[in-house]
Amino acid sequence: MRVLYIAAFCMLGLLIGILITLLVGSGPALEKLGLGFLYGDTWDPVSDEFGSLPFLIGTLVTSFLALGISIPFSLAISIFLGEYFREGPLSSFFRSAVDLLAGIPSVIYGFWGLFVLVPVVRTIQIKLGVPPFGVGVFTSSVVLAVMIIPYSAALGREVLELVPADLKEAAFSMGATRFEVVRKVVLPYARSGILAGVLLALGRALGETMAVTMVIGNSNFIPGGIFSPANTMASVIANEFAEATETLYVSSLVEIGLLLFVVTTVVNIAGRQIIKKTSIEVRV
Amino acid sequence: MNDAGVGFRILKEKLFLVGVLALSFAVLVPLLLILIYIVRNGIAAVNWGFLTSLPAPVGEEGGGISNALVGTGILIVLACALSVPLGIATGIFLSEYRKGRLSYFVRLSTEVLQGIPSIVIGIIAYSWVVIRMGGFSALSGGVALGIMMLPVVIRSTEETLKLIPDSLREASLALGVPYYKTILRIILPAAMGGIMTGILLSVARIAGETAPLLFTAFGSPFMELNIFKPMNSLPLLIFNYATSPYPDWHGLAWGASFVLVVFVLAMNFIAKVATARWKVKF
Repeated sequence: MRVLYIAAFCMLGLLIGILITLLVGSGPALEKLGLGFLYGDTWDPVSDEFGSLPFLIGTLVTSFLALGISIPFSLAISIFLGEYFREGPLSSFFRSAVDLLAGIPSVIYGFWGLFVLVPVVRTIQIKLGVPPFGVGVFTSSVVLAVMIIPYSAALGREVLELVPADLKEAAFSMGATRFEVVRKVVLPYARSGILAGVLLALGRALGETMAVTMVIGNSNFIPGGIFSPANTMASVIANEFAEATETLYVSSLVEIGLLLFVVTTVVNIAGRQIIKKTSIEVRV
Repeated sequence: MNDAGVGFRILKEKLFLVGVLALSFAVLVPLLLILIYIVRNGIAAVNWGFLTSLPAPVGEEGGGISNALVGTGILIVLACALSVPLGIATGIFLSEYRKGRLSYFVRLSTEVLQGIPSIVIGIIAYSWVVIRMGGFSALSGGVALGIMMLPVVIRSTEETLKLIPDSLREASLALGVPYYKTILRIILPAAMGGIMTGILLSVARIAGETAPLLFTAFGSPFMELNIFKPMNSLPLLIFNYATSPYPDWHGLAWGASFVLVVFVLAMNFIAKVATARWKVKF
């Protein structure tokens, strides 16, 4: 079947094409700015200064903060669905709710964040005595956290369900309580699978664009604290790409895209390798 | 297991369960809040005129989202036309040649493709289509969305085909049916349900995508049917209106969000029902 081979080669070609396009597109920036691009802390298209450090930091801070916020919740849901309530109406209700959370488009998360979460954060900021921007790193992280919970929770549930009953029964028969079984038997057994879920969620958080763009405040400086406005790699592309006209400007943005591509790919592949090792089927 | 008294251990167990329940239910709060806001603000905006009229300029009463609805429809059709044939063919390839170096790399590139941030896909479609054709167009948006659909279509095709027993294929081949006919007439029809489900799910996924359309389909205030011109879509309209300073437009954005969420959830629901009904069973 020649058609099948052609299709397969098309897929390979597509990916290689994407990589080449990004490399070629960021060529001028790579050539002109070199490594300075990575640690330059000034992004000023008007005076042709392109340092992507503010966006690298913005992306890392928002993603890891979101991950930190989401882990307790997604772990709780995993234990809830994978250990305590595997079947029954409550379980299927929760499962649909998590699916629903994953199904809501990111632009709507951003819209909601902008009109509901931002005023709340602003009130908190006034109470704390920090400048009441409302938008910023913290707000984005909260929105991101809600968005990525379904990803790690779904995988977490699947790995918890795979923990052999023998192991748990052995622990129970020695008089362990459920909490002790979960902590000392189930979680250690499912550790790598949970880690894989966290990595996949991280991959999502790093690349998430719209929701973040709408609530992060778009400031091209290194964020001074968790409440200050910032920009992530994805959001700066979303904001400036359509307006960029100069070659160097465009290619700097493409280089940020290239970086984003490389980072998310590494994180995703790492997550999937772990899944393959523990041989669990993913359905994300 | 430890020196603490049994009562203390049981207490810890109770506390743990309460903690797990509390955290799990806490996740429902944002979900409910989002749905409540969308329904409350959305219903107020949605009526027949809203669905059938064009966006109105600021200050004018009324205005609707008809061009965005049509645009989203056209973009989805374009994306499907570009990705479904290639996706199904690649899925068949992966299930036919499960081992081997080429399959390994194709599978790997599918996984990588699935993880690429949508904004990066936007850059790609911009470089491939918008620059070549000299302007923003619906076609470039369709290309971007098509690339995003591909991995889901490939995966679902491969997964469904794996479930089809070898005996079916062997029976067909034993009767002297050529290989390509076996695939087209025997294997594919048997797997159609699963593949359709995959397509529905991927449509649900791309219908809400905004980032790859920002600098491809770009958006337009007019009813546009020409795929070589910029075109509006629901998520783009929501983004543009939500970030505008006009309260009237925010109302329209809530209405559009309501329509979009209903559409996406309906797609997911149909896919779920379809999975249950069309399940490959032998």
